[in-house]
Amino acid sequence: MAEHVEAHEHGHEEHHPRLQHHFQDMRTQQHAARLGMWLFLATEILLFGGLFCAYSYYRTLFPEAWKECSKHLNRPFGLLETFDLITSSFTMVLAIHFTRIGNRKLSVLMLLATATMGFGFLGLHGYEYYHEWLEGALPGKYYHFEEVTATGAPMFYAVYFLMTGLHSAHVFIGGVVLLVLTYLTAKGNYDASYDHPLDLGGLYWHLVDLIWIFLFPLLYLV
Amino acid sequence: MSSPSPSPTTTPAVPVEPKNYLNCETGVRSWLLTRDHKRIGLMFLACVTAALFLGGLFAMLIRIELLTPDETIMSAQTYNRMFTLHGVVMIFLFMIPAIPSGFGNFVLPMMIGAEDVAFPRLNLASWYIYLAGAAFALWGMVHGGADTGWTFYTPYSTTTFTKVVPILLGAFIIGFSSIATGINFIVTVHTMRGPGLTWNKLPLFVWSIYATSIIQVLATPILGITVLLTAIEHAFGFGIFDPAHGGDPVLFQHMFWFYSHPAVYIMVLPAMAVMSEIVPTFARKNIFGYKAIAYSSVGIALVGFFAWGHHLFTSGQSTFNAGVFGVISMIVGVFTAIKVFNWVGTLYKGRIRFSTPFAYFCGFIYLLVFGGMTGVALATVSLDVHWQDTYFVIAHFHFIMVGATLMAFLAALHYWFPKMFGRTYSEGWGLVAASLIILGFNATFIPQFLLGNAGMPRRYWSYPAEFQALNVASTAGASLLAFGFLTILVYLTIALFYGEKVGRNPWGSRGYEWNSPSPPPKHNFDSPQVFDHPPHDYDSEGHEPEMQTEVHGGTEVHGDDGAKR
Repeated sequence: MAEHVEAHEHGHEEHHPRLQHHFQDMRTQQHAARLGMWLFLATEILLFGGLFCAYSYYRTLFPEAWKECSKHLNRPFGLLETFDLITSSFTMVLAIHFTRIGNRKLSVLMLLATATMGFGFLGLHGYEYYHEWLEGALPGKYYHFEEVTATGAPMFYAVYFLMTGLHSAHVFIGGVVLLVLTYLTAKGNYDASYDHPLDLGGLYWHLVDLIWIFLFPLLYLV
Repeated sequence: MSSPSPSPTTTPAVPVEPKNYLNCETGVRSWLLTRDHKRIGLMFLACVTAALFLGGLFAMLIRIELLTPDETIMSAQTYNRMFTLHGVVMIFLFMIPAIPSGFGNFVLPMMIGAEDVAFPRLNLASWYIYLAGAAFALWGMVHGGADTGWTFYTPYSTTTFTKVVPILLGAFIIGFSSIATGINFIVTVHTMRGPGLTWNKLPLFVWSIYATSIIQVLATPILGITVLLTAIEHAFGFGIFDPAHGGDPVLFQHMFWFYSHPAVYIMVLPAMAVMSEIVPTFARKNIFGYKAIAYSSVGIALVGFFAWGHHLFTSGQSTFNAGVFGVISMIVGVFTAIKVFNWVGTLYKGRIRFSTPFAYFCGFIYLLVFGGMTGVALATVSLDVHWQDTYFVIAHFHFIMVGATLMAFLAALHYWFPKMFGRTYSEGWGLVAASLIILGFNATFIPQFLLGNAGMPRRYWSYPAEFQALNVASTAGASLLAFGFLTILVYLTIALFYGEKVGRNPWGSRGYEWNSPSPPPKHNFDSPQVFDHPPHDYDSEGHEPEMQTEVHGGTEVHGDDGAKR
């Protein structure tokens, strides 16, 4: 088998310090990381998929409740949150772009902006939750919301809190990931030849954003 | 490959034991922080074996209780907890991770000539996530257990006073371990195949584990959200599955089975994976219908996603839906039959060596065929209405899902034992134990088919006196089974320390993983692998594999086929 050894020895000259021993070259390593991330995003979509299923089932059962309760959600806030997240996706793309062209300072700035908008979203949504709590619209055994009388109104709020709650948990995790990436970028860990952690963080952030883009019309604009 | 390997043929005969993955580093720390897929595989195997014995203990207690029509050793409430814990432990802690995370981790990278899986750290994390989930579930078991059955059907599971929340969270956490392993294997197969190893040259084990991984990645999140919702419902009463709040318990059943039906293929596809390796090795003949076996695995994975409704035939599903789900379920039977015919076709005119792994294959094919045929019968809506929730269903899924997986687990354990530890076990005791297990398994579950057909419902603590004879027969079979497991535990433990040492390929297999020394070195192979022959290839010119039973060092021939070329 010795004659095959040479044929196998490719890519040893440009040995990137970030290359792990079990990958043959940097490109394969990055391809693997991206593929892994896409698969993970698929699991995230399916995780939410269960809730979307529950949503469509109960919306069909209680169309009146959906119409009425939706009006009681804070639409301007919802719109503001949507703009906030879409803008944060844009700054995320810019952060990766600036790392690729070697402008570390701007990249850090953009990442910070993205994280800030993420936590800003949580603040805005927290304010909405606070109001719903005051109104007595918390679901389950805490529910005593009088204004909407349609059958199934508690179910709307249960679905609303579950979907936005799971989404907010994702925004929080994404925000923490962004802060870690900001720190690592500031430390100089990433450059044009090695930026895929930023890429992966970005993919996750875009998914979180995308889920909100579905949640907003489904919940606020019935 | 981080550095060019020295030419292996110049290795002098040295008496010291060569470094392998077991002795290259020592100490507890080197195991707990390892990223080596082989060590992680072994750690998973240790855990799932412990789970198997724990679940088996619960099973024995259930069978002892059912010896008499009324109370034998435990109250009805304890009995309810016993069958719940038996199901939870066996499914989430044993069967789902057993073959993919245990044996898959060990051999899959070697089968594709890789040094490791794509994400070694994620791989280690999946073991810790498994442990964390197991800890949650065990805590719940010790502090009250659950009495809902492993299916956690609402609204009972959201109202019972027993500790369902920690057990549900345990299942939720273990799900992430399963997802991590699935992602790791899919990416590994896509990106880390050795030079020349095209998709149509992948060993059938890899194909089947790949199909399993697809299910693990796409179905497990649904279980995650379902058990999370049930736990939230139990804790806060959101009412999603509670009719009192306008919720629908049948929605739970749909969401639960959308995962849990494909989950039976998470359990049985790896079993088929193992058997596709064992059949050609012990028949010493090319696999018959390579592509048919490979693609039918993917077929089962895809069709399996659309069959869940056959669990809801009596839950108020429309007749049309029931019919559609029934037909889709039968299509799974077609794919399974394709595999069975191809395995049997491989045996035809082979040179069969009746070793322990092959004995388990015989048990497997019998259980698969009869379990599968009763499955097709159960997928027939009109018949299922009679058998719904009886022991017939219990016997059916213990045949096909448990029986097949157990046979494959034991077959894999005996087949890869020499590769893992470089030692072999007593073949005589292996065959004795295999007979005990196969006979015991049949003696346990054939009476249950009859009981179910006679109308005995599942999960009942007491039963009419006329069912006692068959119940006693079933318990007798279960004790035979238990005795078989203890025998295996004893002789494999002895073999681990005192077994005869073996060379790299004691079975004379053509599987790529046997090109490595036994036990393998840390980075799997002592020379770069080249995949110039198809897998399971026993009759090409000059490719007759040698049995290599001699020990390392000394006179060992490196690369059995390479030397002849």
